[in-house]
Amino acid sequence: MSGELQTIVAARALRGKRSVFIGVGRPSTAAILARTVHNPGLVLFYESGTIGAKPFRVPLSIGDGELAETADAVVSVPEMFNYWIGPGRVEVAFLGAAQVDRHANLNSTVIGDYDAPRTRLPGAGGAPEIALGCPEVVVIAPHSPRTFVERLDFKTTSGERTTAVITDLGVLEPRDGELTLTAVHPGVDVEQVREATGWPLRIADGLAVTEPATEQETNALRELIARA
Amino acid sequence: MAEILSLPEAVAGLVRDGDAVAMEGFTHLIPFAAGHEVLRQGRRDLELIRMTPDLLYDQLVGMGAARKLVFSYAGNPGVGSLHRVRDAVEHGWPCAIELEEHSHAGMANRYAAGASGMPCALMRGYVGTDLEHHTRVERVTCPFTGETLVAVPALTPDVAIVHAQEADRAGNVQLWGIPGVQKEAVLAARRSLVTVERIVDALELRPGGTIIPGWCIDAVAEAPGGSQPSYAHGLTERDNGFYREWDAIARDRERFTTWMEEHVL
Repeated sequence: MSGELQTIVAARALRGKRSVFIGVGRPSTAAILARTVHNPGLVLFYESGTIGAKPFRVPLSIGDGELAETADAVVSVPEMFNYWIGPGRVEVAFLGAAQVDRHANLNSTVIGDYDAPRTRLPGAGGAPEIALGCPEVVVIAPHSPRTFVERLDFKTTSGERTTAVITDLGVLEPRDGELTLTAVHPGVDVEQVREATGWPLRIADGLAVTEPATEQETNALRELIARA
Repeated sequence: MAEILSLPEAVAGLVRDGDAVAMEGFTHLIPFAAGHEVLRQGRRDLELIRMTPDLLYDQLVGMGAARKLVFSYAGNPGVGSLHRVRDAVEHGWPCAIELEEHSHAGMANRYAAGASGMPCALMRGYVGTDLEHHTRVERVTCPFTGETLVAVPALTPDVAIVHAQEADRAGNVQLWGIPGVQKEAVLAARRSLVTVERIVDALELRPGGTIIPGWCIDAVAEAPGGSQPSYAHGLTERDNGFYREWDAIARDRERFTTWMEEHVL
């Protein structure tokens, strides 16, 4: 299943990393999977203020009790942003968004005009300063022309530090300042990715095919999801 | 010195029509009981301030109690939209609402500035995003390094309302678990109300606990279970099932109104 592989590829991106900042949903699942399969020492940061949380289940909210109970430290929100995220103490950030452009800028604010939106989205949350503070940003998003757009309706978060965009079809990485397809998941062809992208997508020379999920990765992911 | 009052007395004494009200609690310790009392007392025309409006402000906005929302993330965490907030923004139902939005870092620094008695806080952020042009921030130059920074205006709510695990009879409050921005909100506000799970003879100090001295607080009211469906660490559990159910309740205007009439008013 392509959604499973997306989570598994995101978890692999955390091999050898010291710490990761995550929100809820697929990023959280991927980071917990990374702790299970690749990197048991990985320090999870949630913006609720929990540092070094070790959740057994995927939390519904970033403030679930299990995160605080298992954390190395629990800090206030001003401390989280000013002492930890701002100075770059968290190595990788996982972010999602409703829209992504070719420079990996993100929109999580509105679809349509700001003053009369067609769809009012939740808004910035922690994303803008997380993307400014963390040395590496990995975006996790579903690959469709609605998400990968020529022009954002609103620029919530800058893509300057983005190192990869992991989708259910493949992986995009910045090359000369523009997101370029560098890998496709097994069974996905390039034409399919082009059609799911709202701008003329550049394809890397030597396009790779993602390693299929191992049995260990798949089993660990399914067990994790079954616990929730 | 905090007065120990009943919740209706405390809300009646502290919250007025037109006030800027901050009800804080970052996913944890959200003061639902107090917010519901504000609704029952018919307060109107409020400027509602909260980093994450959550279900509580979805309810207040959906009941038409707010003229303005100041926030940084208006979603149902892990579930999706706040449908009542969306309906107010997208369709003006039940009334139009003004938005003032920031990032989490911006809101956190605004509270910290308010608590510090400073007019603003300095931070990195906003520059290069569209948010800079749609909210109240100004670029400033650091006088020491020349770096371009952003100044965000202090938040000084008329009243702050937070929930905590316990208070003693002098109104000294202790909370533990995720501390959010509750202490900052109380210290930034002109008036404050803290609801607690229980009032005890003496606080048992907890490692990592946050103490808010009673002389910084106007009123303390006992409200057991007062943060449900959010939670009070160690005493109640977050009702994740209800957060999921809320999606369908809030999606429909009529179902929402009926639910509020049955469960809150």
